[in-house]
Amino acid sequence: MTLGMINANPVVQARKERLARTQDQYRDDDGLDPLDIYEYVRDIRDPEHPYSLEQLSVLSEDSITLDDKLNRILITFTPTIQHCSMATIIGLCLRAKLKECLPLHYKVDIRVSPGSHADEDSVNKQLNDKERVVAALENPNLRQLVDECICSTEM
Amino acid sequence: MGSLNNLTEHLETFVDVTRSPTHHAESLKAIASSLEKGVLSINQLVVEMDMYLTTTDDVVRARGILLLAEILNHLKSKPLDNAVVHSLIAFFTSKLEEWRSLRGALTGCLALLKRKGVAGVVTATDAEAVAKSMAQNVQVQSFALHDRKLCFELWECLVEQYPEAMINLGNLIVFATCEAIDGEKDPPCLMVAFHVVELLARLFPSPSGPVASEASDLFEFISCYFPLHYTHTKGDEASIPREDLSRGLSLAISSTPFFEPYAIPLLLEKLSSSLPVAKVDSLKCLKDCAVKYGVHRMKKHYEGLWSALKDALYSSPGRDLSFGPEFLTSPGFEMDEIHREAADLLQRLVKQDISFLGLVVDDIRVNMVFDTISRYSRYEEMPDTSKLEVLVVSQILSVSARASVDSCNIIFQTFFFRLMNTLGIVETTSTGDLVHKENSTVSTRLYHGGLHLCIELLTASKDLIPSSEESSSTPGSAQQSWCSIVNRFSVPLIGAFTSAVQSSNDDCSADAYLGVKGLLAMGMFRGGSSPVSRSEFEKILTTLTSIITAESAKTVKWELALKALVCMGSFIDQYRESEKAMSYMGIVVENLVSLVRSSQCSLPYPLILEATSEVCSTRPKYVEKMVQGFEEAFCSSFSDFYANGNFKSIENCSQLLECVTNKLLPRVTEIDGLEKSLVHFAISMWNEIESSFVFSYDFNGREFVEAAMKTMGQIVGVALVDSQNSIIQKAYNVISSSTLPAMESIPLTFAALEGLQRDLSTRDELTLSLFASVIIGVSPKASIPDVKPLIKLFMVSFLKGYIPAAQALGSMVNKLGTGSGGANISTDCSLEEACEIIFHESFASGNTISSDDSSKSKCGSETLLSKICLGFYGSLDLQTRAITGLAWIGKGLLMRGDGRVNEIALVLMECLKSSNSSGNAMHPSAMKHAADAFLILMSDSGECLNRKFHAVIRPLYKQRFFSITVPILESLIVNCQTPLSRTMLHVALAHVISNVPVTVILDNTKKLLPMILEGLSVLSVDAVDKETLFSLLLVLSGTLTDTKGKQSVSDNAHRIIECLVKLTAYPHLMVVRETAIQCLATLLELPHGRIYPFRREVLQAVTKALDDPKRRVREEAIKCRQAWTSITSRSTPV
Repeated sequence: MTLGMINANPVVQARKERLARTQDQYRDDDGLDPLDIYEYVRDIRDPEHPYSLEQLSVLSEDSITLDDKLNRILITFTPTIQHCSMATIIGLCLRAKLKECLPLHYKVDIRVSPGSHADEDSVNKQLNDKERVVAALENPNLRQLVDECICSTEM
Repeated sequence: MGSLNNLTEHLETFVDVTRSPTHHAESLKAIASSLEKGVLSINQLVVEMDMYLTTTDDVVRARGILLLAEILNHLKSKPLDNAVVHSLIAFFTSKLEEWRSLRGALTGCLALLKRKGVAGVVTATDAEAVAKSMAQNVQVQSFALHDRKLCFELWECLVEQYPEAMINLGNLIVFATCEAIDGEKDPPCLMVAFHVVELLARLFPSPSGPVASEASDLFEFISCYFPLHYTHTKGDEASIPREDLSRGLSLAISSTPFFEPYAIPLLLEKLSSSLPVAKVDSLKCLKDCAVKYGVHRMKKHYEGLWSALKDALYSSPGRDLSFGPEFLTSPGFEMDEIHREAADLLQRLVKQDISFLGLVVDDIRVNMVFDTISRYSRYEEMPDTSKLEVLVVSQILSVSARASVDSCNIIFQTFFFRLMNTLGIVETTSTGDLVHKENSTVSTRLYHGGLHLCIELLTASKDLIPSSEESSSTPGSAQQSWCSIVNRFSVPLIGAFTSAVQSSNDDCSADAYLGVKGLLAMGMFRGGSSPVSRSEFEKILTTLTSIITAESAKTVKWELALKALVCMGSFIDQYRESEKAMSYMGIVVENLVSLVRSSQCSLPYPLILEATSEVCSTRPKYVEKMVQGFEEAFCSSFSDFYANGNFKSIENCSQLLECVTNKLLPRVTEIDGLEKSLVHFAISMWNEIESSFVFSYDFNGREFVEAAMKTMGQIVGVALVDSQNSIIQKAYNVISSSTLPAMESIPLTFAALEGLQRDLSTRDELTLSLFASVIIGVSPKASIPDVKPLIKLFMVSFLKGYIPAAQALGSMVNKLGTGSGGANISTDCSLEEACEIIFHESFASGNTISSDDSSKSKCGSETLLSKICLGFYGSLDLQTRAITGLAWIGKGLLMRGDGRVNEIALVLMECLKSSNSSGNAMHPSAMKHAADAFLILMSDSGECLNRKFHAVIRPLYKQRFFSITVPILESLIVNCQTPLSRTMLHVALAHVISNVPVTVILDNTKKLLPMILEGLSVLSVDAVDKETLFSLLLVLSGTLTDTKGKQSVSDNAHRIIECLVKLTAYPHLMVVRETAIQCLATLLELPHGRIYPFRREVLQAVTKALDDPKRRVREEAIKCRQAWTSITSRSTPV
């Protein structure tokens, strides 16, 4: 038996152009900025659809804030529908991907954007609970799903 | 009989389905070749095969028939008896009934039908029988892909080669085709099927024929594929691309006018779909149909077509005018494919039938645009809908106008007056005066939209002017009515465009863009029948030129005007408009050139130069004029400087020289006569220097000297040998009249050299440098007077620290003829003699300290020059200069393959040791210079001794030097005592290794790899060597990726990884870190077992690199880390 999709008909946006950094940008001020982080996560695939999180408007350039002094990163994403049970998977993917791409000293907070999910508090709690994240990633099925989603083939 | 036994064997092999396909192919080839050679006849073969062809075992029979068919396929060009062909085709035709052996039967029929002329062909009757049998017995859609394709190919072949026989079959063949296509889904089959339909349509053109009567059915079967859409994109890449298939379908649909009642409505419907692909395909197909169906049939669909076209043109989103100079010659906005196709279709329809234009002219939306235009004066003020309106209508009108002269006339008659009226432009009265309506000045009514529309129309019409020969043969005045309309308005129009440009300011480029584009459009009418008279043309040129000269900085307006002038210049050159060329010369070229000369202008000098060089390079004649102007400008500025001390002038001079070097010299091969003018320029440079006896003002003119050297060297480089000779002669005269020759008489002894404390004067330095650059640039065939004294002069100068002198000396020894039988007879000195001077004679003559004259023929460590290099005499400065000079001389010798370079290399290597033979310690700075000397020796220099400067280059000279020096350097490194000397030896080795072609490295990877790795770790200590380190790292990365180096890389994996891991944290150069990380990622190609043990080490290093301050390094680190975790992730979750 196959379960129906949570959101069978998502709105898909066109993929945006990759941000081309000019040589100047490479030269000056080369520190990590929110756009870098966005570059890392924009191509994560949605667990349900063959589209990237960017195409589904789950993430945008504004969803990421970075505090360089405190080494903190906050990512706010918007699930496509209110009762999306995939929200936690998406959050898990974000966390796993950033773990691959960021140095260890950053603390990453991941939230759903306020009002975008029916069960906002519990999702937020679950996503920022270290033990539960580690436990989830030890589950082979979940691990495989996450790995498939974050393995960006540079579409 | 042996051949027959063999035959049976081959037959058995082919029939046995358990054998591999290669076996099958081999036996097939064997039989075919014995038939080809005539060892076996077809009859014999058939008799021999009898059992296989008639057995009741289905599999064996099918294979047997297939074998026969394939053999015939191989023998297409072998002549066969007609009777044989007849019986064979009859056999295969009969086998078509039997589905089990169908593949063989189809292949056989196809092979026989494709036979050409002389070789024995199938008769029409037999072909008809094949077709009948096909139609009655073969259910195409019940077979597999390959068989289906064969079926379609058979149909295609039948229709193409036996049209008469097929006409006899009539309806039957059309029905059969319909049935065969019905339900087909594979692109390769469809491609053939569409072609069959096209051929059928050609076969039955009559309105009472079978195609006409079955048109609706036939169309139904092909139209269901429109628009083509591939559901399986991957894995099918080898098959037909979508574009080809779509083209095939379009040809099938447009193949016969009988499809018209069904096709056009369908295409119009698909055009209204929201799928872009459907739109593009429909438009393309409609264009084909319009051509094939003819005006009469298309006429009833005009209404529908026009509204669909309008929709397509209006619907393509995201268009906006841009006002940059790069859009001056294009429509100014981006067009997508739909838009382009729609415009094409419109043009095609108007071209084919002028009555279509009626719909355009009467269209409400098109007519409405004139209200829109007059509502907004500025383009930015318009709402997006109005912008779209204006853009699309101007395109519709310009495309229609471009279609034919008639359509252009109609458009101009209908719209141009209205447009002019809206813009407030009034035609010239017969007396040539402007009539101003109600005192309204023209400038108040410059609506951008209207201007754009006007420009588009003018641009479209200019292509319709016939070339001068054509126009004289058809002097139809009625035909050219648009021309007379433009003519009536030309004066006020030019006035309007001019005022648009003049009223523009910096923050709004629209005015300037539209104004300049308008002037350009008016100026580009060609030929004698141009609606713009010569005086008006001149007015345009004057306006544009005045824009260029009046600005004081590089504004958009300035760039636009310049671009427009360049366009007009090349237009004049292209169409050989001699009258206009004269106006251009008089107004544009002379004006700008006089500005260059006077430099009294608000425009900065570099901009004047840029404008002049751009404009003048459109025509050789202008170039000549410009170089003359440059020459005069140089002379006057230079004399202004040395007489009055005007520093501004000398700055202008360097800018002028730069312009010559960068803009003119690269085009010397394209423009006739440029070489001559440039040589003249060079000689006047020398003249100018000659006449400037003393510089009354000292200046720190490094910039000027460098610019002058560069220009002089390059001019000499491109000049012919005769011109080179005259430049050398001139330069030599200047040199010999200066104070420089005094230096020649200084005995080249140590004591005398020590005494040379006095620096050269500015003028002497300039003269010397320029002379050196002449010597550097000459070809070996040119003759240099008085070589021996010159060598001495250069020797003294380079020991005083003038590097160009050393380079000139290197060039001299590179190009001089060898001994008496050398290539060069005109000089008075051979290479031997030159070397004698450099290494021995004069040095030794005054040498009191070392009187050892026994080593006359050598240039090794015994000579004075070498001794200075080794620090026996003189100051440290003298030592380092001598080392650098020696390197340049060595380079000259090395490139021509002279053996003396070996001894020079030995001297240089001696300098790298911590102490020389007599025990004196070498100074670190001298060692550094000696190490860098290897870079001079091995690298390609842009300043001298390259192809541009006619250097004598022996093939593989780098390889030779590499094989001589590397073993010595290696042994020196092994036996080295001090760390400093070790570092220096590694720097030298790195220079040699990184400049030799990479194949040489790959051949010696095993030996070199440990050295490279050691070098990398030694060089990473000091930041000074970062560039050298990087080039060495690049060599390493080259060996990692190549198959040749794989084995030794694999053997040394642990050391390589250790070294690379260290380099990922190299603090001094970002590219080193980046490359090191890339190399680590490349190493993953090594066998898993070799690299797995190092994963922890690598991951740690790369994880640290994630925090690198540079973005590019971080990006590489992420990729590398992902790659390395993927080899471990299965066992250890992150």
